[in-house]
Amino acid sequence: MASTAGVAPEVGAPPPEESGRRRGRTGYLLLIPGVVWLALFFVIPFYSLVATSLYDPNGSVFRGYEMTWEFSNYWHALQDYWEPLLRSLWYAALATLICLVLGYVLAYAIAFKAGRWKNLMLVLVIAPFFTSFLVRTLSWKLILADDGLVVNTLQALHLMGADGRLLATPFAVIAGLVYNFLPFMVLPLFASIDKIDHRLIEASSDLYANPFVGFWKVTWPLSLPGVVSGTLLTFIPAAGDYINAQLLGSPNQRMVGNVIQNLFTQANDYPAAGALSMILMILIVVMVLVYVRKAGTEELL
Amino acid sequence: MAEEHPRATGRRGPGLTRRGLLKTGGGVAFAGLSIAALKLPMFSVDGAKQDPAKCRATDVSATSQELIVSNWPAYIDPRKKATSTVSVFQDRTGISVQYTDDINDNAEFFAKIKNQMGSCQPIDRDIIIMTDWMAARMVGLGWIQPLDPSGIPNVHKNLIQPLRNRQWDPDLDYHAPWQAGLTGIAYNAAKVPEVRSFEELITRSDLKGRMTLLSEMRDTMAFMLRVVGANPDKFTEAEWGQAIDRLSEVVASGQVRSFTGNEYIQDLAAGNIVACEAWSGDVIQAQFDNPDIKFVTPEEGLSLWADNMMVPNLAVHQANAEEWMNYYYEPEVAAKLVAWVNYICPVEGAREEMEKIDPSLVDNKLIFPDNNDLKDSFDFMPLSDQQSQQYEGEFNDVIAG
Repeated sequence: MASTAGVAPEVGAPPPEESGRRRGRTGYLLLIPGVVWLALFFVIPFYSLVATSLYDPNGSVFRGYEMTWEFSNYWHALQDYWEPLLRSLWYAALATLICLVLGYVLAYAIAFKAGRWKNLMLVLVIAPFFTSFLVRTLSWKLILADDGLVVNTLQALHLMGADGRLLATPFAVIAGLVYNFLPFMVLPLFASIDKIDHRLIEASSDLYANPFVGFWKVTWPLSLPGVVSGTLLTFIPAAGDYINAQLLGSPNQRMVGNVIQNLFTQANDYPAAGALSMILMILIVVMVLVYVRKAGTEELL
Repeated sequence: MAEEHPRATGRRGPGLTRRGLLKTGGGVAFAGLSIAALKLPMFSVDGAKQDPAKCRATDVSATSQELIVSNWPAYIDPRKKATSTVSVFQDRTGISVQYTDDINDNAEFFAKIKNQMGSCQPIDRDIIIMTDWMAARMVGLGWIQPLDPSGIPNVHKNLIQPLRNRQWDPDLDYHAPWQAGLTGIAYNAAKVPEVRSFEELITRSDLKGRMTLLSEMRDTMAFMLRVVGANPDKFTEAEWGQAIDRLSEVVASGQVRSFTGNEYIQDLAAGNIVACEAWSGDVIQAQFDNPDIKFVTPEEGLSLWADNMMVPNLAVHQANAEEWMNYYYEPEVAAKLVAWVNYICPVEGAREEMEKIDPSLVDNKLIFPDNNDLKDSFDFMPLSDQQSQQYEGEFNDVIAG
């Protein structure tokens, strides 16, 4: 799935004939560490995952697993776990949408309005990464706690019933997802928006476009590469995430990541876990391909 | 979001195009699958069952005065002090102990050592400490070395009655309990009236969405079986079905906030939950900070469990390990340990020793229960491999949505 992140460098203008061959070879030599890394930590595990997903589901740690090309594992996994699967996609889509709205405004402000505070604001966007993902999610638990400030305030304002709560609701899970993946949205958006030539926006207003039309005709299309990569970088990890649902949700908000983790570690049902992982992976790859094609952003892939 | 937009830029020349990348990707995937079809390694996994008599290392205890122990976090008195149980052991025997607290979860630890143990390779530990059901599973898999009874006379002499004759290892051939505990109910007395039974815990409306259950299948299901009138020591397939259906109704109604490991205790202290299924030692420790937190043994009965020291296959310091076990079954040492960890002490006579250390703990029924109290405790029926797979799977489906 990392293929979108690791965009290979473009081969520059056609090199001068003479040095062409040598440079080509250096390129391949430089590829070796990366290829070895991918082979060890992606291809082999992937192969083993595919194999696991096709094992005989009657196997166990005691008896071992036989390879019986059990394609029905996939069907059974879908039948048993379509609910958390759909829920994950739904939560991830919602979180991505919210991230896009929040992130766009933020990135726009940083790029165009921040002036000399630009660098400081960028640092502030990245700053949360200095603490661990887990610790930050746990602190959301404190913020949204049943006796915490937020809930008490909402209750005092009668926006929430006396026994209402935020933790262990879809709201908390989605809020957690939005919070954790927002920087992945802001940074690519910022990179795109920051590159936009201001004169184009000025030109649109010279041609009597009001700011609203000017935004949709000029700024938005020019920022689309950032939108596409931002939404991908947010949606993909959000759909597979299980920490937020685990810490901020209840069993009724479980996402597919939780199910896979439980199947592997608690239930020891490796074939089902493998099949479910593969289904998630295939679904996401297909969705990403369709999306990228629709958005028509060739240079991203 | 995925709206079309006119592309002004033309196609790029040769180089990396999406189509090209996709073709290569597809090619790699196809090649991978065809190679997979050739039955290469990792296609099919052998059973992990071993024979402890064959998978055995020569004991080098006599020449190498070392011992490697893996335990759960916060499960021993502070080791650095010169008077700590570990320091005294090292001074007395000359054995240097390498102690790590790297066990956080039975299933997780099992997954961690599975590949080595399952193919008879060393895990470089002399003692590991596992809860009953996991200990039983490992013994069943043949991963555990039998202990020499003459090396651990204190264990055979001093182990408290309720922990003897466990179904999975009645003669203490493979294990010696480290600490024991009860599974029961904890609640916050400042917020809700007493929760007396498991039935109340899963039905009372004032607890809705504000209670948690344990994610250990045996802990939670033992009580669910009691709730539907079955006996966890011996139950039928149909009774199991009733119990799991009941649990699934309870979860669907939104009663259960989550299924947790140790972390329920923070939620209870923070007020996010007001009641939960809990382990006795955690609750005693939490009571020091918040006396409103109470532990109840549910009306359904007592669920007694133990964490057990065992010697894994290919451990090279078995004699030292036995010396360690024997040492911790001296009443004085056991009292010193339990004064710190606050679980149920498995050693007879430690209570008398506790008078000298901390008299306030002597009458604590959750540390030194009467053998009478524990008479009715139940144990979870040992499961066959198939049953275990099926039950764990069904339980997991309920707790994971």
